[in-house]
Amino acid sequence: MPRTTRRTVLAAVTAALALTATACSSSDDSGSSDPTSTASGDAQSAAFQPAHKGGTLKLVAHAAAGSLDPQVNYTLQYWQLYQSMYDGLLAFKKTGGQESFTVVPDLAAAMPVVSDGGKTYTFTLRKGIKFSTGKAVTTDDVVASFQRIFKVSSPTAGTFYNGIVGADACLKTPASCTLAKGVVGDAAAGTVTVNLTAPDPEFTYKLAVPHASVLPKDSPAKDAGTTPLPTTGPYMAASYDPNRALKLVRNPYFKEWSRDAQPQAYADDVDYTFGQTVESEVTAVQNGSADWMFDPPPADRLNEIGTTYASQAHVNPLTAFWYVTLNVNSAPFNNKLARQAINWAVDRDAVVGLYGGKNLASPACTILPPGFPGHVDKCQYTKGGGATWSAPDLAKAKALVKESGTAGQEVGIVVSDDEVNKSIGQYLQSLLTQLGYKATLKPLSANIQFTYIQNTKNKVQLALTSWYQDYPAASDFLNVLLSCASYHPGSDSSINISGFCDKGIDARMQTALKTGQTDQKAADQQWATIDQDIMAQSPVVPVINPKIIDFTSKRVGNYRFSKQFYMLVGQLWVK
Amino acid sequence: MSTLTDQLAVPEARRRSPGPWRTAAADLSRNRSAVAAALVLLVVVTVALLAPLYADHIAHTNPFQSHVSGTTVVDGRTVPVLTPSSTGLGLGVTPIGPTWDFGHYFLGADNQGRDVMARLLYGGRTSLFIGVTAALLCCVVGTAVGVVAGYAGGVVDSVISRVLDVIWAFPVYLLAICLSVVLLTDGLSLGPVTVEAGSLWLPVVIIAAIYVPYVARPMRGQVLVLRNKEFIQASIGSGAPALRVMRREVLPNVLPTAIVFLPLMTALAMLTESALSFLSVGVQPPDASWGTIIEDGLGLLYTRPTVTIAPGLLIALTTAALNVLGDGVRDALDPSARLRGGV
Repeated sequence: MPRTTRRTVLAAVTAALALTATACSSSDDSGSSDPTSTASGDAQSAAFQPAHKGGTLKLVAHAAAGSLDPQVNYTLQYWQLYQSMYDGLLAFKKTGGQESFTVVPDLAAAMPVVSDGGKTYTFTLRKGIKFSTGKAVTTDDVVASFQRIFKVSSPTAGTFYNGIVGADACLKTPASCTLAKGVVGDAAAGTVTVNLTAPDPEFTYKLAVPHASVLPKDSPAKDAGTTPLPTTGPYMAASYDPNRALKLVRNPYFKEWSRDAQPQAYADDVDYTFGQTVESEVTAVQNGSADWMFDPPPADRLNEIGTTYASQAHVNPLTAFWYVTLNVNSAPFNNKLARQAINWAVDRDAVVGLYGGKNLASPACTILPPGFPGHVDKCQYTKGGGATWSAPDLAKAKALVKESGTAGQEVGIVVSDDEVNKSIGQYLQSLLTQLGYKATLKPLSANIQFTYIQNTKNKVQLALTSWYQDYPAASDFLNVLLSCASYHPGSDSSINISGFCDKGIDARMQTALKTGQTDQKAADQQWATIDQDIMAQSPVVPVINPKIIDFTSKRVGNYRFSKQFYMLVGQLWVK
Repeated sequence: MSTLTDQLAVPEARRRSPGPWRTAAADLSRNRSAVAAALVLLVVVTVALLAPLYADHIAHTNPFQSHVSGTTVVDGRTVPVLTPSSTGLGLGVTPIGPTWDFGHYFLGADNQGRDVMARLLYGGRTSLFIGVTAALLCCVVGTAVGVVAGYAGGVVDSVISRVLDVIWAFPVYLLAICLSVVLLTDGLSLGPVTVEAGSLWLPVVIIAAIYVPYVARPMRGQVLVLRNKEFIQASIGSGAPALRVMRREVLPNVLPTAIVFLPLMTALAMLTESALSFLSVGVQPPDASWGTIIEDGLGLLYTRPTVTIAPGLLIALTTAALNVLGDGVRDALDPSARLRGGV
């Protein structure tokens, strides 16, 4: 997903993700290499320290992120907050490091019992958990919440949850969604059974994201918008005005039931204000009038932050990549040689520099980011070859352009109009001109660029975009971004922006998904090969793997970074 | 007794009297502020015209190409054009600052590693080209529209005036931004006239179009007054065609006003171009204008303010000079100004 853009784009990917076999229970970190974190993030959940409880945590962002409804909102900005507000049956472990990819039971008392060849998941609900209204969480609430995913047309209803029995009908007529045979509650036994049409090895991940939050059964069957919905976590929203501020206060009915799934929060209140410029956000954190800024600091303040305020800056690698899409269905990039030329020509170090330097990004060679299941260090397009990227080979790129016979053709480059994207776009324009193309740059507002580049009607030849993981599975990159099922000509929801569709590779992705049901390590090896084979055809040019910088005020302590949902807001203390 | 020839002879004093244009030129040349402004403009234009010479033979750089991984030599040491921070957490990359050496990076580099001085000179060419051509186009079209509306009167005047009112009703920058955003996608095609999306003529046409009412309306007002003058009535009464009256009698009388408008409109057009380019809807990369360079420098305000300050100063200097020159031209061409004690 793009970092701040609402993810309404995946509606297309569905079928491919839900196709496969057998059992799965919890996530598996195997196959991932060591993270390259430069800073904070403990691997273990530390015990709660009452001495630090209290105070008001002040957060700032340039803009709000829209609806506060956890089953509707699809932005990292609010998903980060939801970690301390809402709970699903399962959750990603609230800790730092690779362990934060682990799925743990949350409202469920234990991991589900998986039966029927991986098609049935049975959860036992924890007892004694209450919503912020004081009402107890029941199996009816769980069933209603699954129905509500479809009733509010959650952005991932058709992609993450379409494998539930009855989901097809719910997608067609959301208002009358019952999932009668798909999600079955047994109030007496305190169990909820979820039936799938086919085994889905990634289903536990999908239950651990905010769209699967459990809400009261009487929640409105439409986007709640700015009206806060009752929570189960340590915080609840007291007020929300997207033009001004969001205020979180303690949920009076919260009692910690699992430190791994939903730990007690430190600050009494969280004041999240909107509307400042990014420059003034930096100044606010520097002088202590804010405790954390959501937006990436502007380029000209990075050096200052990294030196004068080094102790307050936390840099962490993300399982994400920025990449260039090459339209394989239109000239000049319907020619494989022309596509490969771009991969050879792009100076990843240059892009790293434009992003903020080597401590804020690293050169990318593969689609799967480092530290991610299936990633293998191997670089097909680096001068002299090697496991990691070293330098571009411009001479080879020029030779390939010449051989392809595409020199002199016009190429439009579509980028977002923010500072970093635009500067990378300018670099690409200069590079393509050097290669012999007539390149033009088209910066578009970030609000529309992501959907614009997906629609084939806009005839986008080359675009710069990025993808941040939804959950730690190779399919979330390869299958989602480059499968035939993700390519929908004429639609704004065609996340396979390159239009790449290779039936052979598609079949191997399905095989890897099936393998993952029984042998994740073997599956990850298959994904690694698929990654390399796709790169050989060069529909995309991975350029960088970004890192995130969290800039906190001097008084903030206990900074923890989850690789899944980033800084753990509830774990920050200000006393 | 004087002969007829003597009687018909032009008096010596009158024969020696210069025409109105010469008088105006003489007046202008005595206006020290206007002369100083003209000299400033001359220097700016000359330096801007020398941009290719500077880039190719002095700085040896291509100001339209990224040099993100480039290096240069400062004090005998090879240094990267974009220097990654090596202190603290090592965050951020800073372009090389001013070397004050005309041979390379005199004013430093922008975030693409391009020589700011070279881009400033090329940017000056672009900004001046757009400013002058847009102002010329605006004055020519505005004068023509104003003369036709004022002279024809009736329905023609009403239609033209209402169209001008509609254009005037929009906030000028909003209109310019809207037109630019729309036309930047596919360019402009009006009958035989086609302007490509990335062409410099696109901002020229847009800026000229939005300022036409600023010229046309005062022109129309002046023509409405002129039309009732005896010499115009005499010309009409003698059966001269309307076009001929407008060309021979009306136009020469409103031309000084158009000339007064020209430097002022040039300044206005340059400011508008800078604003549009700053907002990314004017001159498109990799072309440079002073507005685009300011935009490039926006992200470097804290570390390399010269990238923004240099084009900003040049815009201020040039538009101030154009305004002072415009005032001088107005004073020189406006007799009433002289009567009021002007130069």
